[in-house]
Amino acid sequence: MAVSKVNFPRLGSYNVAVAHIITKGLDCEYVDAPPITKKTIELGAKYSPDFVCTPFKYQLGGYIEAIEAGADTLIQVGGACRLGYYGELHEQILKDLGYHVKFVNMANANFNKPLTFYEEFKKINPNMNVKKVAQATLLAIKMVEVIDKVEDFIRENVGFEVVEGSFQKLHEDFLDDLKDVSDKKELAIIYKLYMRKFKKLEVKKVKNPLKVGIIGEYYTIMDEYSNHYMEKELAKKGIIIERWMNISNTIFHNYAKEVKQSIKKYARFDMGATAMYTIKKAIDYAKEGCDGIIHVKSFGCTPEIDTMPVLQKISEDYKIPIIYFSFDTQTSDVGINTRIEAFYDMIMMRKEEKEK
Amino acid sequence: MKIGIPRGFLYYKYHVLWETFFEELGIDYIVSPKTNKDIIRKGTMQAIDEACLPSKIFMGHVDYLIPKCDYLFIPRIASLGTNKDIVCSKFQAIYDVVNNTYRDKNLKILYYSIDVENKDTELKAFLKMGKFLGKNKAQILKAYYIAKQAEKTAKMIDLNNQKLLLASSNLKILVVAHPYNINDEFIGKPLQDILHELDCEVILASIVDEKKARERAKNISRTLPWTFNKELVGAIDIYKDQVDGIILVSSFPCGPDSLVNEMVIRRFKEKPIISLVLDGQEGTAGLETRLESFVDIIKIQKEEKEEVTNGSI
Repeated sequence: MAVSKVNFPRLGSYNVAVAHIITKGLDCEYVDAPPITKKTIELGAKYSPDFVCTPFKYQLGGYIEAIEAGADTLIQVGGACRLGYYGELHEQILKDLGYHVKFVNMANANFNKPLTFYEEFKKINPNMNVKKVAQATLLAIKMVEVIDKVEDFIRENVGFEVVEGSFQKLHEDFLDDLKDVSDKKELAIIYKLYMRKFKKLEVKKVKNPLKVGIIGEYYTIMDEYSNHYMEKELAKKGIIIERWMNISNTIFHNYAKEVKQSIKKYARFDMGATAMYTIKKAIDYAKEGCDGIIHVKSFGCTPEIDTMPVLQKISEDYKIPIIYFSFDTQTSDVGINTRIEAFYDMIMMRKEEKEK
Repeated sequence: MKIGIPRGFLYYKYHVLWETFFEELGIDYIVSPKTNKDIIRKGTMQAIDEACLPSKIFMGHVDYLIPKCDYLFIPRIASLGTNKDIVCSKFQAIYDVVNNTYRDKNLKILYYSIDVENKDTELKAFLKMGKFLGKNKAQILKAYYIAKQAEKTAKMIDLNNQKLLLASSNLKILVVAHPYNINDEFIGKPLQDILHELDCEVILASIVDEKKARERAKNISRTLPWTFNKELVGAIDIYKDQVDGIILVSSFPCGPDSLVNEMVIRRFKEKPIISLVLDGQEGTAGLETRLESFVDIIKIQKEEKEEVTNGSI
């Protein structure tokens, strides 16, 4: 039987790790979707229901482009909110469009019956070797942790780079080299090597720079195209960016219980999806002395909309400005940059005022 | 002590249960009036711009009740089953949304929290709430079981009334919508009125044997996670042969409905079907036109079919 050509929706830089599971664990070919462009979004928006959340449209556009690039097997993972129902509708829309592909939907699996996950995986490669998949998955998890650590470092420093684009270039090299890693030892070496390189990049830190925390919805916060490269825009202004939300912190570590406890003053209950983390990090950034907080989400994201009355109170209590961004497929760069500009001016003035 | 029950969201599904429970325990309550312009205006002012229409309306009802009661009644539901029986996160969050929105008013909120996945069943939730109200276990249990019986009876009456409508010789339109949308004076009532004026019988998907409907939903969609949507989708499978057309009604911008209604439109081909999104803007002229043409199409199709069966073609 021919080897499956597998695609997985793009999210941040994590596709390197996903590709590792698919190629080394499942012995299949990995088809990366081309980078998201305007065309991706237009395709996605054209075939999606109008007021579904934006990540659905991005992912649908990505699937179509991946199929055109040769993919014959698509994976959807599902999630705690609307994401949990993405897969079945993606599959239906692609089918109605006349694409004949295998669609592996983890929402078909049942957490109470672990074997059902195995059944889903088997659709990708019926002859898979479970041990190999497990090993590859373990390494992929480590890869994600390394990616997250590197990106945390970038966010803290890129705003002060001397040579424009130096961090981005090195980041690309790092992800490129990560592709060839085949065991834990090699991963450790790559990590060390690149951290050393990153630390050597010339930066010119100002005294007491502005610091901004980014919080919000899972996909939009992690996918730089979805948030219109917000982190890069902020960095250009010489701002330190903090963003806790990533895969390591939310999937590999389960902080749910302690987070729930620590936000009791603002929320008696779990408000759904990642709402608790949004609230928790807003409090943390306020306490840490960030100069401002940016809340991002896709238009209509219910759990994140519901955090907004809470965030308004946190803003009041800690006297920290919070700006709210809602992205859809119509959002323009100009509008966003104008608002970021205004926000920047405001927190800058507040800071100068304070320092006097 | 007086409890204020907002006429929104879960009210439409559970009001018999709630009202009987409070009555049995001898607790005074008021229900906010039917949604009116003032309620909409206040709700829109208090709610986040992007929030869905029924949540803005809910907020308006809360606003109305605040000066008129001692405790606001805002129950919460996170899950109704142990495997993929979740509800829209709005129902998980609404307690804290209201509490934060009106923090300055120091609201006193009466609540219960159902999360079957984490073993918080309805009975447990009501026991806890009853205790908070200062009642003993026997009193609470008695009130709860009487309330459940009343709920069951009310549902049976609704089902029987619907059965009568289904026997009518008029056109029968199945309206698939959350009860808090279709029964709201502002969102769904105008649509029902227009259909009645067009001599149609309105069959509500929300009046259905819920347990059966949840099962039947699988015939249309396998991974559907939201219990309330399962009931509506299952109702389509249950009623499809007894109605002439189907209207999916959603309010702007409902998260679950945005996916589910698209799925139904794509998969259900057996009867004429349209999907409407109501945004609560004033004026029903556009809605009237759409409904009229939909009903016309059904009528023409039906006549053609009858001619065929009568052998006149």
